[in-house]
Amino acid sequence: MSSIHVTTQVNGDAVEFLCDTRETLLDVLRDRLDLTGAKEGCGTGDCGACSVTVNGRLVCSCLMLGVEAEGKAIETVEGIAKGEDLHPLQRKFIEHAALQCGICTPGILIAARNLLERNPDPTETEVRYWLAGNLCRCTGYDKIVRAVMDAAEEMREAS
Amino acid sequence: MQYHTPASFDEATALAATATGTTRFLAGGTDVLVQMRLDLVTPDVLIDVKKIAGVHDIVREEDGGWRIGIAVTGAEMSEHEGLCRDWPGLVEAMDLVGSTQVQGRATLTGNLCNASPAADSVPAMVAAGVEATVTGPKGSRRVPVEAIPTGPGKTSLARGEMISALHVPARVRGGGDAYLRFIPRTEMDIAVVGCGIDLTVEGETITGARMALGAVAPCVVAVRGAPDALVGTALEDAALAALADLAQAACNPIDDKRGTVGFRTHVAGVLARRVARIAYDRARENQ
Ligand SMILES: Cc1cc2nc3c(=O)[nH]c(=O)nc-3n(C[C@H](O)[C@H](O)[C@H](O)COP(=O)(O)OP(=O)(O)OC[C@H]3O[C@@H](n4cnc5c(N)ncnc54)[C@H](O)[C@@H]3O)c2cc1C
Ligand code: FES
Ligand code: FES
Repeated sequence: MSSIHVTTQVNGDAVEFLCDTRETLLDVLRDRLDLTGAKEGCGTGDCGACSVTVNGRLVCSCLMLGVEAEGKAIETVEGIAKGEDLHPLQRKFIEHAALQCGICTPGILIAARNLLERNPDPTETEVRYWLAGNLCRCTGYDKIVRAVMDAAEEMREAS
Repeated sequence: MQYHTPASFDEATALAATATGTTRFLAGGTDVLVQMRLDLVTPDVLIDVKKIAGVHDIVREEDGGWRIGIAVTGAEMSEHEGLCRDWPGLVEAMDLVGSTQVQGRATLTGNLCNASPAADSVPAMVAAGVEATVTGPKGSRRVPVEAIPTGPGKTSLARGEMISALHVPARVRGGGDAYLRFIPRTEMDIAVVGCGIDLTVEGETITGARMALGAVAPCVVAVRGAPDALVGTALEDAALAALADLAQAACNPIDDKRGTVGFRTHVAGVLARRVARIAYDRARENQ
């Protein structure tokens, strides 16, 4: 086993870890940094449950190695709320009952936030295409899409 | 597994030439990590190309063409105004690769070198006349991209060789390209057939045509007769029918769960007509 020392930033905090070269960023987040928000649904890039952003870019953390995080800024669902204050997307997901089992939710929240940072006023079609890589077995997507649209509206009004 | 982050092509090719065991370059990793996870390929040596100088850039070359760095992602291509204006077909083909998340990592070079028969960007690159610079311990050479894949998962790259850049030609006036694929759903699936085309026109008359098909043979197929069907026409029904016949004749597909030989061959003809119409409109608008 060849362990490598990695220095990175997670949700704004400087973080260091040692990891095996084969470990994915998802393994590192969950098993070494105790950030279990990102989930492993498939491990092969198909479900989006492991979504995080790396330098502001949405990626599947199961398709990136831990060692590739060197010098990067990573954001996970754990960094979305400000202390006790939920992010508008989180509040709207609860209001609209946009989750059931919740496995897909951390990935969808991160993906939706990334969309709204780039496009504060997306159409429903744009939301659906943006989230096409986030699978949900429970909700049937409608409530998720409505929650994202509603959060977008609230965030536009607030800004 | 050894993990290397060379800072130059010299260093990267020297590492690849002397490595022992299974060696892979790592660009976006959207094929490499899936293959590791599924135990299809377990590299002993992984050479991450993303720290090499200049590989994240899309640069306008002196002749008006574009040099696309080997670590440029699909998302970065779609966000690049100049490239989108000149080569919308190439950009839309790469944009079909995977989800938003995959787009944040996947590269054009990785799509080419993974050598999947169904790789979406490859027919579009062949239609556009894209070339690759192949760099190895003995120096560099420039080849058309269709010379890279030699069969499913296989390339013509020798030990120690890698692609160091992709070169998209200058867009001529009156030129336009397009790419379409057929999949059983609207997003996130593998092409049953893919078809890329590049047309040039003068007024209403077609003066040049290049077409290629994906997922209908072990490698991308350049449809050599496309100019015979199209040049001198204004894409009338007879020209479209001739083009569709050529596309179907070029097919040598397999039967699998996504489509039978007959279905794939039929769809190749349908897509050929559709991409030709889109590229024809784009070419006429670009005069
Ligand atoms: C969920 C999902 C959906 C997908 N959907 C599609 C799709 O719709 N269409 C499609 O075509 N593909 C699809 N793919 C496959 C993949 O995303 C693409 O092939 C992608 O373009 C690969 O690029 P990469 O940078 O991630 O390559 P990597 O995984 O980094 O590399 C791929 C191969 O190329 C080699 N390589 C990389 N760079 C170089 C270089 N400079 N020189 C020589 N060899 C090199 C690597 O060693 C490896 O063998 C999908 C993948 C996933 C996970
Ligand atoms: S676990 Fe990463 S996409 Fe499914
Ligand atoms: S809420 Fe269960 S998978 Fe989405």
